[in-house]
Amino acid sequence: MAIEARKPPPQFAARMKRVLGGRSGLSGIAMQLLFAAALVWVGYEIIANARTNLETQRIASGFGFLNNTAGFGVSQALIPYAENDSYLRVFLVGLLNTLAVSAVGVFFATVIGFLIGLGRMSPNWLVARLCGAYVEIIRNLPLLFQILFWYIAVLAALPAPRQSFSFFGVAFLSNRGLVVPKPIPLDGSAPFLIAVLVAIIVAIALRIHARKALFDRGSVVTIWPYVLAVLVGLPVLSIMVFGMPATSEPPVLRGFNFSGGSRVVPEFVALALALSTYTAAFIAEIVRAGVTSVHKGQVEAGGSLGLSRGQTLRLIVVPQALRVILPPLTNQYLNLTKNSSLAVAIGYPDLFSVFAGTSLSQTGQAIEIIAITMGVYLLISLVTSAIMNFYGWRVGRSMSA
Amino acid sequence: MSDIAERAFVRQELVAQRAAPIKTTGFVGFLRTRLFNSPTNILLTVVSALLLWFTVIPAFKFLLIDAVWQGSDRTACLAKPGSVVGACWPYIQAKFAQFIYGFYPQAQRWRVDLTFLLAAVLLLPLLIPRAPAKTLNAALFFIAFPVVAYFLLHGGGIRGFAITWSHDVLLALFNSITDIGQKLVSSPALFAVTIGKGLIYLASLLIYLLTPITWLRDLVQRSASEVFADLTVTAVLVSLLLFFLAGGIRNGWRALFTSIVTFAAIAIVIYVMKLDRGGLPVVDTRQWGGLLITLVVSVTGIVASMPIGIALALGRRSAIPLVRIFSITFIEFWRGVPLITVLFFATYMLPLFLPGNFTIDGLVRVLIGVALFAGAYNAEVIRGGLAAIPRGQTEAASALGLNYWKTTGLVVMPQALRHVIPGLVNSFIALFKDTTLVLIVSIFDLLGQLRASFSDPVWATPNTLFTGFAFTGIIYFVFCFAMSRYSLFVENRLNAHKRT
Repeated sequence: MAIEARKPPPQFAARMKRVLGGRSGLSGIAMQLLFAAALVWVGYEIIANARTNLETQRIASGFGFLNNTAGFGVSQALIPYAENDSYLRVFLVGLLNTLAVSAVGVFFATVIGFLIGLGRMSPNWLVARLCGAYVEIIRNLPLLFQILFWYIAVLAALPAPRQSFSFFGVAFLSNRGLVVPKPIPLDGSAPFLIAVLVAIIVAIALRIHARKALFDRGSVVTIWPYVLAVLVGLPVLSIMVFGMPATSEPPVLRGFNFSGGSRVVPEFVALALALSTYTAAFIAEIVRAGVTSVHKGQVEAGGSLGLSRGQTLRLIVVPQALRVILPPLTNQYLNLTKNSSLAVAIGYPDLFSVFAGTSLSQTGQAIEIIAITMGVYLLISLVTSAIMNFYGWRVGRSMSA
Repeated sequence: MSDIAERAFVRQELVAQRAAPIKTTGFVGFLRTRLFNSPTNILLTVVSALLLWFTVIPAFKFLLIDAVWQGSDRTACLAKPGSVVGACWPYIQAKFAQFIYGFYPQAQRWRVDLTFLLAAVLLLPLLIPRAPAKTLNAALFFIAFPVVAYFLLHGGGIRGFAITWSHDVLLALFNSITDIGQKLVSSPALFAVTIGKGLIYLASLLIYLLTPITWLRDLVQRSASEVFADLTVTAVLVSLLLFFLAGGIRNGWRALFTSIVTFAAIAIVIYVMKLDRGGLPVVDTRQWGGLLITLVVSVTGIVASMPIGIALALGRRSAIPLVRIFSITFIEFWRGVPLITVLFFATYMLPLFLPGNFTIDGLVRVLIGVALFAGAYNAEVIRGGLAAIPRGQTEAASALGLNYWKTTGLVVMPQALRHVIPGLVNSFIALFKDTTLVLIVSIFDLLGQLRASFSDPVWATPNTLFTGFAFTGIIYFVFCFAMSRYSLFVENRLNAHKRT
């Protein structure tokens, strides 16, 4: 007769204590009660004060104002917008503008940042020093200072439209911004876009197939001629069958300004320029830290396996460096997005500027508007950090396995 | 044997002299190895040299060679036919006071200078690792200096001291509890009524307990000099309390001595600054500006964000779930939003949350926002330091019988803070740069004054813009660069044991 293990005692009291008070037990419960009481008290005071203040100042509350007519113009809108649209529409216009300037900034910041970061490690003394100087100067000047510098000092010093810089007669840079030809879609545009999309999907599928062949059977499949053929061939085919996808409307100087073409407002140019150069300095440091974090022995081992210098970099150094680079890099992208709210200083109509700036001063509903604005930025950053946590978890799993 | 000798080869003449190896040392060698060692590098070098030629030389010419050094208005800085005009330094000269003090009254500017001097005198020894008396120095800089600086810059005096203040604050708190209780009693729910009655009883009990302090306050107010009477009473009470807490007749003498010296120092400061007789004339914060605002906002942010950061970092590691959740939410919230929304929150939302009769200065609102924001960032830095302290330290402290607060205060926190000095300095650099954002809520810091000065028609020339940006840029750069070098220096010092 086997002796059965006795069941552990239920320990209800101890478990309860742990659930309620955490590791510190009874004193923890007492602390929590006090803390909760203090929080409730502060919360009550805030709400009561806000209510009386709003009543005495005759400010409406609630989110009904979102449907009211905004009644002010916006200098750049990616979606159709008129002055009699609602505040909700203004909010969307601002959000899209924020995302647009962030996307442009992220792209250029990454390119410049990688160039500068790699340049700092260049064996060429002069290049390394120049890149170092760039990083030190840009990092040690406030961002708002740089935005104002580009906007007030540099872009305003550009010539008027009549004497504007011309890029091959196609694009014109003047103190009214950058004017580029405007694409006008024709009949062939939809098939063209579909062709490009299909080509990209096929290219990705080919790559997945090649990787699978390499990992499963060890056979090297050369895919780049096919990828090139698909990426170029399909769109060309679509043009041949359905005709040109779009025609461009070139800007023409008429009177004191350009007519036709699409205009990039100078505020956008200044903001994107300042954001990308500023963030690039931080990205450069991240890239440098990432590359130096890869042990020298790894490169030497790659060389002794017979890999070329390029292969060593591509297959050994970059994947290991990326693991160090990516988390702080995402952080910088996030910072860039948050910093784009400085647009309000130069009047670029981003989310903060049109919503927490103009809309707030028109409606006076500070609590709702600032809460929405903060919420949007908070949401963006929480989602990004959730993705990063997932990435870190995956990397950690693959490292420990 | 002779056979071998015949076949052996013995070289008859010397080997021809080989050419010397390519020199890799000295200046020529440096050029050869670091600048011109491959076609790509030659190209890179030439491009970089051209870049330098087209940026540094014109900048140098603009700032020094072609610059205008004397003049009284814009005509001096306008280009005459056939000549190039560079930086317009008379403009900086004319606007210098505005850049540094804003619209601080001319006659009172010595107060700002004195504050800057005090800050420098206190800060320098704090930054030099070898300078003695770090605790005293830190206490003076982080606690005493902000108070003195407030009375120096803002002016005004005090009417009473700790007894009066604590009486007023406690009375207000207890009255607020009574208030909540009365509101609950008038509500329909029976449960709420019970809680409300309980709160009213609690408040009246607390007010009853307050009677000795009320009596003391009345005593103080009847005396000839309220402030000094109050100070004396506070000094006696606090000193005796400390004396007994620190160990009474056996060990308490040191605490008693420190306390008496501190109160004597406070008395001297009050007497010298005449705080009991109204103090210095009040200068409203709307008249402050320029570098003064930049430094006030950044130093206040630095000083105030430290305790907030430490509290949040401890809260995030706390064993109590509610405190932990609150800290995490708080930190992530402030870190997830841009500073400018925080400043708008502080400027437009905060006044709505305070009682209607309670107005709060515009600069103070911004300072609160900046302190909370910087506190959340500091909390994460400090948490990194706390995580770096081995568990054994806490366990050893527990084994010695220290409680949580003593373990944290005496063992863990000093080590953690020392670890994260570089990280803290970096977040202070970020804070210093971020102070420029206050110009968006119409507080004119250095950058704001610069922007305002551009609209002055007396100095409106094409070169004014670049001159102004160059001047303020140099100021910002010097501050930030000095801080970042200091952070590197501390980092090297901390990692001294790792170097070989």
